[in-house]
Amino acid sequence: MAKDGLTEFRLVGTRPDRPDGLDKVTGRARYGADISAPGMLWAAVVRSPHAHARIVKIDTSKAEALDGVKAVITRADFPEGLTGEAWNLQENTMAGDRALYDGHAVAAVAATSAFVAQDAARLIEVEYEVLPHVIDVDDAIKPDAPVIREGAADATVPEGMPPNVVRYMEFGHGDVEAGFGAADLVMEKTYKTEATHQGYIEPHACMGQMGEDGRGEMWVCTQGHWFIRKMCTDVLGLDPAQLRVTPSEIGGGFGGKTTIFMEPLSLALSKKAGGRPVKVVMTRSEVLRATGPTASASMDVKIGMTKDGQITAGRAEFRMQGGAFPGAPVDFALMCGFAAYKMPAVEHIGYDVLANRPRAAAYRAPGSPMGAFAVESLVDEMCRELGLDPLEVRLKNAVHEGDKASYGPKFGSIGLEEVLQATKAHPNLLAELGPNQGRGMASGYWFNHSGDTSVSLAISEDGTAQVSVGTPDIGGSRASIALMTAETLGIDYEDVRVNVVETGALGVNEPTHGSRATFASGKAAVMAAEQAIGEMCRRAAAKWGIDPEAVEWVDGAAQPAGPNAGKFPPMTIAEIAAKMSSTGGPIAGHHESVPEGVGASFGTHVVDVEVDPETGRTTILRYLVVQDAGRAIHPAYVEGQYQGGAVQGIGWALNEAYIYGEDGRLQNTVFLDYRIPVASDLPMIDTVIVEVPNPGHPYGVRGVGETGITPPLPAIANAIHDAVGVRLRSLPMSPPAVLAALKAKE
Amino acid sequence: MSGAVSVHLWSSLTRFTDGARVVAVEAGTVGQVLEALSGAYPGLEPILEAGVSVVIDDELVTDHHSAVPEGAEVYLMQRIKGG
Repeated sequence: MAKDGLTEFRLVGTRPDRPDGLDKVTGRARYGADISAPGMLWAAVVRSPHAHARIVKIDTSKAEALDGVKAVITRADFPEGLTGEAWNLQENTMAGDRALYDGHAVAAVAATSAFVAQDAARLIEVEYEVLPHVIDVDDAIKPDAPVIREGAADATVPEGMPPNVVRYMEFGHGDVEAGFGAADLVMEKTYKTEATHQGYIEPHACMGQMGEDGRGEMWVCTQGHWFIRKMCTDVLGLDPAQLRVTPSEIGGGFGGKTTIFMEPLSLALSKKAGGRPVKVVMTRSEVLRATGPTASASMDVKIGMTKDGQITAGRAEFRMQGGAFPGAPVDFALMCGFAAYKMPAVEHIGYDVLANRPRAAAYRAPGSPMGAFAVESLVDEMCRELGLDPLEVRLKNAVHEGDKASYGPKFGSIGLEEVLQATKAHPNLLAELGPNQGRGMASGYWFNHSGDTSVSLAISEDGTAQVSVGTPDIGGSRASIALMTAETLGIDYEDVRVNVVETGALGVNEPTHGSRATFASGKAAVMAAEQAIGEMCRRAAAKWGIDPEAVEWVDGAAQPAGPNAGKFPPMTIAEIAAKMSSTGGPIAGHHESVPEGVGASFGTHVVDVEVDPETGRTTILRYLVVQDAGRAIHPAYVEGQYQGGAVQGIGWALNEAYIYGEDGRLQNTVFLDYRIPVASDLPMIDTVIVEVPNPGHPYGVRGVGETGITPPLPAIANAIHDAVGVRLRSLPMSPPAVLAALKAKE
Repeated sequence: MSGAVSVHLWSSLTRFTDGARVVAVEAGTVGQVLEALSGAYPGLEPILEAGVSVVIDDELVTDHHSAVPEGAEVYLMQRIKGG
């Protein structure tokens, strides 16, 4: 019986073995760098050592003369005349007349070995004229800041804004000033978050091959190979139909592998090298300097609250830099910031600002963690000021189905109330705290997403099934799609194999992003299975000589739908499949759509910390994640998503940050200096799966991948305050930062 | 079949709608809503072309052929995706 007590499932909600488990633990899984081919060349990339510089001259003659070098490229090898996002992608792939950040690619070389390629890269001479740079968002938005690019602002930016503002937004509803006037307490504070990296274990890697005839192949580690195909062909002026892209197994992405970085270089080098395949594998330093971290933020938040905890109004003004290109997720940060609260009046203002940093990419619930850090920290500050229980205040102001969201429309089915009640009932809230220990809580939100989806399903001769999907499996989607497909067909989980297939095999698919794979590819797989079931019912009806509408599908077999349909023994899927060749040929199903019915997901986290007053180090003692999954198809994977999101949020809160020197160069370019949490830093993360089924999905799925990274930032800040009485409004809350706050308090 | 539909805009777009946060258009589908907006307020066209998310009442709708019931509340939002 499913956990909602209403629907009985054979498989959905169970925890079978992972289909990729054996391959991964035995080393058999093939990741991006594992792909090789006869005649393959190796690439190396020359990157700018300056944050901002005019490229005066590039001399490649010495590199070209080196034995073993087969191709050298600069921006001169790329087509001209691109505009809009295609130009942004090209400019980020290879600098044009200026290097815009430390690590920006300026040239690349392909050679017969990785060592020769690296030697050749060192022989490429680049003459720079160093220009003034700007790193911090509050500096970048000043009217006299160094200008990253004239004319980059889009139509939303009114005239007269500072030159690095490239997108501007305002939205809200209600009378905010009247709301503040009705409050007993109004507080306004400023919060800052630093840029962090997704920290996936597998660096970017690909092998590209492109012939003189414009036909090519790519094997690549990515969240979305149709995006790779479109972006590469846009940047290089190629025909998308002639490029076939095959995804590898993926060692983490978290949003950072939804775009291109060095992939077009492999194709351009291959073409110049006579069509020999070219492999590019980034070092960790290249990943940190030159791929897509998230944005940094500076945020002013103002909230009005009555003495009994009713929120009367809110205002948020967020400034974010997303590197030297537009796209900082300030819009989502604003939309998610107040999402957990019924807001009678709210005003949002946002600025997307350019700075001399690498172009931001998506990172798990893009923007939402920053918005939560600002709003959920201030809500906690106000609860303490008024002597209110922060959980009760969240319950009092919680949004429900039909309420107007802070960002405009009404909510559909949501489970925030259920999440908060499950949190309230958890035993972690009763654990006693000792000296220098404290407890903090916060909620988080993500919309979830659908997108272009194409799935096909083939019934084998023995009645087993293979499902072809276009969403790379990052967090367990092969297992969840197999479970839903097997449930629908009425066969065993082990009798379904889900394959992530290349771009030639399906219609266009958006990447695995927006927590969409189990929702969208899963929904499409169920639709494809139902199409195949319809065909199998027709074949049974033909054998029985009855109307197809008089046949139903029960427990993996066709059977007459009622006594009037006739008396025939059930015909199993294996029996129908065995006769497919003589009853009309192959049996398959497919589905293509942008599946509608996306269900949003709320979560609440509670963390207990201990702060060492001598060092400022914060230790996580206990950590609880409670989140609405809609329905957990494979609960172990759902728990893994909850735990993974929490751990990334803990890293963002306590340690991770892009640290730049005065020269604008990134100083922490390896994991020794860019400190992500490891298992020994953390206790087991406790999880509670709340299930408020999403009516827009056949099995109630919402999508669970992103919300979990949102609450840790404010929850930990709130816990540190509870432990030692200091409020940190800037991240990371590293030992030196906490120690400084403790000393300031003295 | 088309009827009067109220479209809620994020307020920085009001520069292109003579200050109106909610505008009325005659439309029967999502695509017609967007076409009517571009026709009435040409300044919106590049923003709509770049991509927006459309919510009808409480449902995010992606198919531009989807019907918009008369009297529905339509919200334009920044295009949602994810990480």
